[in-house]
Amino acid sequence: MKPQTIKAQPKDAIKDASMLKQKEMMAKHYDRLSDARENGEKVASTFVPGNLNELLMCFDLVNNLPEVNAIQSGLRKQSGAYIMEAERAGHSEDVCTYVKSDIGMMAKGNIGPNGRKLPDPDVLMLSYTGCFTFMKWFELLREQYKCETIFFQTPYMADGKITPNMIQYMVRQLKEEVIPKLEKVSGVKFDLDRLREYLGKSAKAEDDLVYILKSAKHKPSPIDAYFGGIYYIGPIFGAFRGTDDAVEYYRFLRKEVDQRIAAGLGPVTPDGPMGEEKYRLVVEGPPNYTHFRQFWKMFHDEGATVVASSYTKVGGTYDYGFRHDPARPLESLAEYCLGVYTNRSLPMRIDMLVDHMDEYQADGLVINSIKSCNSFSAGQLLIMREVEKRTGKPAVFIETDLVDPRYFSAANVKNRLESYFQMIEQKRSGASRGAAA
Amino acid sequence: MTTPSTSEIVARCKALYEDLNFTTAREWKAAEAGRKVIGFMPIYIPREIIHAAGMLPLGILGGGDNLEVIHGDAYYQSYICRIPRSTIELGISGRLDFVDGMLFPSICDVIRNLSGMWKTLFPEVYSKYFDVPQTYRDEIGGTFYIGEMTAFMHDLEELSGRKITADDLRHSIDVYNKNRRLVRDLYALRAQKPWQAPASEAYLVIRAGMVLPVEEHSELLEHYIAAAGAEDRPIKDNCRVIVTGMFCEQPPLNLIKSLELSGCYVVDDDFMLVSRWLIGDVPLEGDPIHNLAQAFLHHSESTAAKYEPDREEKGQFLVRAVRRTGAEGVIFASPSFCDPALLDRPMQQNVLAAADIPYIAFKYAENSGQMQPIREQAGTFVDSIKLWSAA
Ligand code: SF4
Ligand code: SF4
Repeated sequence: MKPQTIKAQPKDAIKDASMLKQKEMMAKHYDRLSDARENGEKVASTFVPGNLNELLMCFDLVNNLPEVNAIQSGLRKQSGAYIMEAERAGHSEDVCTYVKSDIGMMAKGNIGPNGRKLPDPDVLMLSYTGCFTFMKWFELLREQYKCETIFFQTPYMADGKITPNMIQYMVRQLKEEVIPKLEKVSGVKFDLDRLREYLGKSAKAEDDLVYILKSAKHKPSPIDAYFGGIYYIGPIFGAFRGTDDAVEYYRFLRKEVDQRIAAGLGPVTPDGPMGEEKYRLVVEGPPNYTHFRQFWKMFHDEGATVVASSYTKVGGTYDYGFRHDPARPLESLAEYCLGVYTNRSLPMRIDMLVDHMDEYQADGLVINSIKSCNSFSAGQLLIMREVEKRTGKPAVFIETDLVDPRYFSAANVKNRLESYFQMIEQKRSGASRGAAA
Repeated sequence: MTTPSTSEIVARCKALYEDLNFTTAREWKAAEAGRKVIGFMPIYIPREIIHAAGMLPLGILGGGDNLEVIHGDAYYQSYICRIPRSTIELGISGRLDFVDGMLFPSICDVIRNLSGMWKTLFPEVYSKYFDVPQTYRDEIGGTFYIGEMTAFMHDLEELSGRKITADDLRHSIDVYNKNRRLVRDLYALRAQKPWQAPASEAYLVIRAGMVLPVEEHSELLEHYIAAAGAEDRPIKDNCRVIVTGMFCEQPPLNLIKSLELSGCYVVDDDFMLVSRWLIGDVPLEGDPIHNLAQAFLHHSESTAAKYEPDREEKGQFLVRAVRRTGAEGVIFASPSFCDPALLDRPMQQNVLAAADIPYIAFKYAENSGQMQPIREQAGTFVDSIKLWSAA
């Protein structure tokens, strides 16, 4: 059976079946959020890294992710106006644009991507994992919503290891702070077996996600692990981890990927299926969302497929073996948070990128450095240098922003990428001349 | 021995401040075989533990406006603050080659990531990201913090080859209690009579504590407080202001002077919070590590780099500082691209607005040269406060 590609109007983005399915899931979720009040459901806002979705589900809370809302605003070209709104209200031009997009969106009525108002959260689940900005972001939201704010700290994995002190601290917070407060807000008693059940489902979906990510080892890669990867991680990084929907989605996606492997096909991009795979790349850093399609096209036009990326690890490093574990429910939630990409030390990040370059037989590294994200960006120039040194492969440094359109200079990015591809070519011909000599 | 004059003390402190080779710390180390120096960055480190290990805690606050950054810029994009690049410069240029360990406290993601960069760039030097709890319950955050401090203590024991006893720690706590009392005395003097102990002097005197052994610094503080209190200095028609946001990347000294020249008496600030992070004396009886943890959890300064668990309390520390010092306004001076200072600022400003306290805000970099705009802005602020209070 040939994989199914849905034909679209020429200007519409072309999507494969899994992407459409994912879109549907997200749309349903946004409707659930918009209908939450009417349906008597309570809402918890939280973050992607350190997302405790299974736990929130134990309290019948609906998960709202301001980061994802900001991404949606970016994709819909609304974030620019939101950011300006926040800056007019006194937020600095220097800080994370996710925060400002969120705050601007709030000021303008909090209309979600479905065109309907998103509900005010009943609780802010401040899972402080891998990014300092989170702490201040939810302090800012708390000022606005005046609702219960639950703080949960993930220590930083600075020495490349998880210590018993870290786990004990996190489990204690869960037991003595997070769970009792969630019980209070939701009025639902905590049931450990319910959590175990959700964690079991998470692990199933995680197995399939890893299979999909690792499929990029094939030549040609059947997936794009950055631009396409963003679709793939959506459900599991968001409100679906631990649900049957997620299990089903990843099963479906896995089949789709298998079909592409069998047919020797590359990924589907918004501008059509990938042609010949000329370059295999690893990408570090988040993408730009305001010009997402244009950005992807710059790779597509050159025959460049991303075979691994660090961004697809911000919500969990499953390909490094981590699985949510029903046998150790709270410990495994703690380990999950500890292991996310932005909570890993710089040397660990370097190791991961070097591993990816080897494992996925990449031609080089692209760093997309985000102007307003210190968590990712501080240290990336050293990361680049180290990865180049250790792999002998060339790297390129691009600077954009996540959702601030003012910082996406298409001409600059394109120029950089074009010269970069030439550099890879030169390296290749140098290598083949060397081999022939 | 005669007590030195304020100008002599300030001149000495200025020389220490300008010495980017850290000569005094080098000399301290060279004076006895086996001595070790542990560098630390803002915002807070329990220096007592380093002291108890017989080592010198050395505050590294970037390169200021005197350091030519040659290598550092290659490590950072233009949209990241200055302090990490000048600190890298200090490292790469060999100015920290005598330092046996570097500590990167939990303050923001830039210093957090710098901890890993240091490990990569200087693998032979002990370096540690010093994590602290942002939750303040004894059995949760407290237990975690005790665990972190104990691990750190063991690291230092390994580095020095000797055990740190409870009595060593008690002695060090005692020594630092004294130092903190003196720092607070200096702040109290400045709040009462800012013309006697101007901010530009007080800054240098406190800053000397980043490089001097604590005992020596306490002596210096005593001398300065005595000399400054006794001197007859003219009172100016200045406005009393608090500056906030300068807890990490340091302002150029000229910036503080410019504020004074524009008519401000800086009566409180958040420079070098490490020297007064813990409020009040840390008890000497009982388990010293437990006592340090208790002080951290329940008796420590508030700042933008911390989480405030109580919504009602958010920013109140600033209002209280205004009331305590009789300040007439607040100046938010933040390093460009500084997440903690800039993300927190709108919340603090809302609190001030609700309390009817005037404020202004500007940004700086440690190497800012142009002071004219800041002078003008501060001057206008002072004028408006005066007009407002006359009305
Ligand atoms: S990780 Fe970066 S983009 Fe995400 S919230 Fe933190 S600063 Fe913003
Ligand atoms: S100046 Fe601000 S952002 Fe820069 S290292 Fe210091 S606290 Fe972090």
